[in-house]
Amino acid sequence: MTARLPLTLVAGLALTAVFVAAALLSLVWTPHAVDSLNIAARLQPASADHLLGTDHFGRDMLSMLMVGARTSIAVAIVAVGIGMALGVPLGLLAAANHGGVIDDLVMRGNDLVFAFPALVIAILITAVFGPSAFNAILAIGIFNTPVFARVTRGGALAVWTQEFILAARVSGKGAVRISLEHILPNIASLLIVQGTIQFSLGILAEAGLSYVGLGAQPPLPSWGRMLADSQTMISFAPHLAVLPGLAIIATVLGLNLTGDGLRDHLDPRLRRRR
Amino acid sequence: MLSYILSRLVALALSLVVASLVIFVMIELVPGDPASFMLGLNAAPDTVAALRAELGLGGSPVERYLRWVGGMLQGDFGTSYTYRAPVAELVTARLAVSLPLALMALLLSTLIAIPVGLYAASRRGRQGDWSVMGLTQLGIAIPNFWFAMILVVIFAINLRWFSAGGFPGWDQGIWPSLKALTLPAVALALPQASILARVMRSAVLEVLGQDYIRTARAKGLSRRRTLTDHALRNALIPVLTIIGLQFSFLIAGAIIIENVFFLPGLGRLVFQGITQRDLIVVESVVMLLVFAVILVNFLVDIAYGLADPRLRRRS
Repeated sequence: MTARLPLTLVAGLALTAVFVAAALLSLVWTPHAVDSLNIAARLQPASADHLLGTDHFGRDMLSMLMVGARTSIAVAIVAVGIGMALGVPLGLLAAANHGGVIDDLVMRGNDLVFAFPALVIAILITAVFGPSAFNAILAIGIFNTPVFARVTRGGALAVWTQEFILAARVSGKGAVRISLEHILPNIASLLIVQGTIQFSLGILAEAGLSYVGLGAQPPLPSWGRMLADSQTMISFAPHLAVLPGLAIIATVLGLNLTGDGLRDHLDPRLRRRR
Repeated sequence: MLSYILSRLVALALSLVVASLVIFVMIELVPGDPASFMLGLNAAPDTVAALRAELGLGGSPVERYLRWVGGMLQGDFGTSYTYRAPVAELVTARLAVSLPLALMALLLSTLIAIPVGLYAASRRGRQGDWSVMGLTQLGIAIPNFWFAMILVVIFAINLRWFSAGGFPGWDQGIWPSLKALTLPAVALALPQASILARVMRSAVLEVLGQDYIRTARAKGLSRRRTLTDHALRNALIPVLTIIGLQFSFLIAGAIIIENVFFLPGLGRLVFQGITQRDLIVVESVVMLLVFAVILVNFLVDIAYGLADPRLRRRS
């Protein structure tokens, strides 16, 4: 009998798929162009032509949300990529050197980066290099690094105590080969789950940074920017604020449910204990 | 215990030194001359020269770093050139908004999360548990600044119970100021409460699996008394740790929320510093924020050491 997929995983994957599909579709097609302004058609309610209405420049909200999904997802994916590319090797190194100088250095460095909230890192970077989507990616990526280093180290330490690692060492494999060939595959599921969670945090962070003007810059549509733009019009055009917010919530919820579901699915022991 | 505190103090000092170095180097990286960067392209040369002198830009980077850190140790955080006021004064005035906001949010989220988490754990696997877990999942996904905007639409624009933004100042009375901070604190507390409630639930479940709980029940203690007397107290230790760790998120959240409500707090000070290229303000406020986070984590470490003697010996 095959194990049934948990309900949370199915719901999470479905929600996530909708937004990834919308982002991908926006690469080739949107209902209307997002860079054409039409002031005459501004702040229209939902209609057959504009399914979700138009914004204060007469741009189609559905198209804006689709391109915004692309911005959010791209920023979050690259940021998670940076975090993994830096954090996983550091974590593996620390675990292989458990109790040694490198381990200590990595862990101290981790604590230090944790002391800078992502927003503070972003503030520093934008103060120096100016605000842009790229700098937002950098800030979120730096913030992701210690998370992955910590998770990798924790998972790797547990694997290092296993019998088959001893066998690998006896057969003459070095620490690097063991880390890559035996440790990494065994902590892959852990990293995937953490990656999903960081992905959703990345989307929230991008929205927050863009909202305060430190992330994506106009004319690049982004959910956070749409919220910032909508703020002055919130009393007479609340849909401008409600729609991007719902998009963020649905995406983050989808990713979090996926992460939780994956954890339960990949680690049945956890499921029983919970 | 003394050696434990000492070792944590050394770690605290080291973190502060490295953090200050990182911030200093970042600000040094600003291309070109900071004085002309601040004043913009069209500044007259003598204005730039005057600002250079005022900022104390002379000397090697090492000298400048030591002057900056030495000044901060004596409570001198430099002078903002846009406000023409000592940064320390600006920060103190802004803290009177940001700190009460963060504390209100912390208090609110704790007061919500602990009973809710306890309730969910006591109903484990049943409908009450599922509803709480679903709601907290939703609470985590809601961006706090968006929730803040929705609160403004409902409670400020439609119901007119609160003002949509601004801050009267504490000299206008405590009540109006607290009222101005209520909506921001609620918005800030929502995701925090959701995370905390989940932590509380799993901490209580963990405790409920312990032998001493079975003993307590076996000796005839009621379910309710077991929960409140044994489970609650023991579960509070991990919850306190998470509250400490969440502090840095709270600071970050407060910085953004202040923008929604036009509150004159630290966050607004930093953003104005960035847009007006007042680098001294940015540098010193960022250092203060990082100091606050490092200090809170240090205090959590100490509290943990007090609560659990095994941790002292391990380090």
